[in-house]
Amino acid sequence: MKEHGADIGNKKAVYAELQDVWVGYYNKWVLKSIYLKCYQGEIFGIVGPNGGGKSTLLKVILGLVRPQKGVVKLFGHRPDKHTRLEVGYLPQISKADRSFPVTALDVVLMGLYNRIGFFKRPGSKSREIAMEMLARINMAEHAEKPFGLLSGGQQQRVHIARALASKPKLLVLDEPSTGVDSVAQEDFYELLAKFRDEMNISVIMVSHDIGVITAHADRIACLNLEIHYHGEPDSCFEPEIMQKVYGKNLNIMVHDSRCATCSLKKHEHND
Amino acid sequence: MIEIFSLEFMRNAFMAGIMLSPVLAVVSFFVVLRRLSFVGVGVAHSAFGGIALGFLLGISPTLTAIVFAIAVSNAIGYIGRHGKLSADTAIGIFFAFAMALGVVFIGMSDQYNVDLFGYLFGNILAITSNDLIIIALLGGFVLISIFLLFKELLFVSFDKEVALVSGMPVAFLDHFFLTILAMSVVISMKIIGIILVSALLVIPGAAASQITDRYIPMIAIAIAVALISTVGGLLFSYYADLASGATIVILSSIIFFILFIAGRFRR
Ligand SMILES: Nc1ncnc2c1ncn2[C@@H]1O[C@H](COP(=O)(O)OP(=O)(O)OP(=O)(O)O)[C@@H](O)[C@H]1O
Ligand SMILES: [Mg+2]
Repeated sequence: MKEHGADIGNKKAVYAELQDVWVGYYNKWVLKSIYLKCYQGEIFGIVGPNGGGKSTLLKVILGLVRPQKGVVKLFGHRPDKHTRLEVGYLPQISKADRSFPVTALDVVLMGLYNRIGFFKRPGSKSREIAMEMLARINMAEHAEKPFGLLSGGQQQRVHIARALASKPKLLVLDEPSTGVDSVAQEDFYELLAKFRDEMNISVIMVSHDIGVITAHADRIACLNLEIHYHGEPDSCFEPEIMQKVYGKNLNIMVHDSRCATCSLKKHEHND
Repeated sequence: MIEIFSLEFMRNAFMAGIMLSPVLAVVSFFVVLRRLSFVGVGVAHSAFGGIALGFLLGISPTLTAIVFAIAVSNAIGYIGRHGKLSADTAIGIFFAFAMALGVVFIGMSDQYNVDLFGYLFGNILAITSNDLIIIALLGGFVLISIFLLFKELLFVSFDKEVALVSGMPVAFLDHFFLTILAMSVVISMKIIGIILVSALLVIPGAAASQITDRYIPMIAIAIAVALISTVGGLLFSYYADLASGATIVILSSIIFFILFIAGRFRR
């Protein structure tokens, strides 16, 4: 049922797919009957209110959360430790300790550990790749700084570089722009588009900022417990859909030219 | 100064201390990063149950203590990951369970064993050349395996979820680390004692973290702290006729406070 909206054509590989996925915590559904397809070479945005299940959805795609019901496919297989190797993941809140004794470069290098293999140390080749990644997010000058001494936004950029470092086929980003200033944000989304165009990678990215998602995603899903819209960004802003996603008492908050009528603020679970 | 080394038991104690220092320091580096201090306490105390069982059965208490400690540390890790309990609740339970078993085993063996005291508080007189071999073998295993798996252990300590998605064998690494933590506890217990050994699974790493932000210097400083504490503590306890384990722990705590204050001035 839920597959309205434009499909990108049948030739492209499906990188991530959910079919009738249900997830609940303690007798409460968090995701209900989710259908979703993310194709190779697209930036797929997921929007929705706080608590709408966005982070949970990403964890389902990665196989970190097992659904009670439904089918999850990552590159056509069940998500497991082998399929995940092709994924770069940026969690919403990194559990990383601020005072962890590593440099920014060390953190980016972690993104390459799975390529380096057991019992080996990162060599000069890996350091080169990591430095190049840092340069692309304008953090090269901070490479040798202790991670804990960077600002929150700078740390987020380092995490992004880490997720990109292994040149994954699929990037899964949970609120990637948290704490990142708008100039760096624009650069970052440009970088994502460049990765998509050059290497034909896919990006699944979550945000509660509709403006950001509509400006940068090829297709989007609006999620609040269920998926209310799944297609191209423009038509997401029909008031009817917005109301379903964000609830009854909408406060007007202008995001960009395209979503003047949309709004988000207080929301309730419509369950 | 020379006479102290003419005593075989003191030579053995120094040998043990020098071999244990890098092991405890490197393990403490990860204990501090992973906030596992309380696991160290729990595992150390649970070794008591194993020692008592060894005495009861008349077999090597070190052997039974290793089995106990490894079982308990892995059980704590398992419950921490799968149960609805937090790890410290699991520790609280196992800690008490293993200690209580120990008390029961002692009661059953109906001879109150004086050696048991040595295990609780450390007894450098009791270190035999056999113990030195065990320390060398297990300590060597701990150090070599940490060396080989260093980057993986570092990543998992940094961010478990991201490490998992990156294909790190997180569950294996967690249980592996808990196992070598248990080994380190058991090989240190004769010299430092069950009650206090967990201090040395925390203090060297914690002290080093006060004055550096990089992991290689941090490990080097932790090893230095552990060496100074054990060698200095043994010397001091010998001349002042004090309990060796306690003296080592007090000295390491003093070093921690000095580095803590030095760390405040650094920034
Ligand atoms: N581990 C968990 N145990 C129990 N409940 C959970 C757990 N993780 C998430 N939830 C619940 O699931 C719901 C969805 O959470 P989720 O983090 O997926 O939302 P989100 O859309 O990412 O929200 P936000 O915009 O705040 O990041 C919430 O009601 C939350 O309380
Ligand atoms: Mg979230």
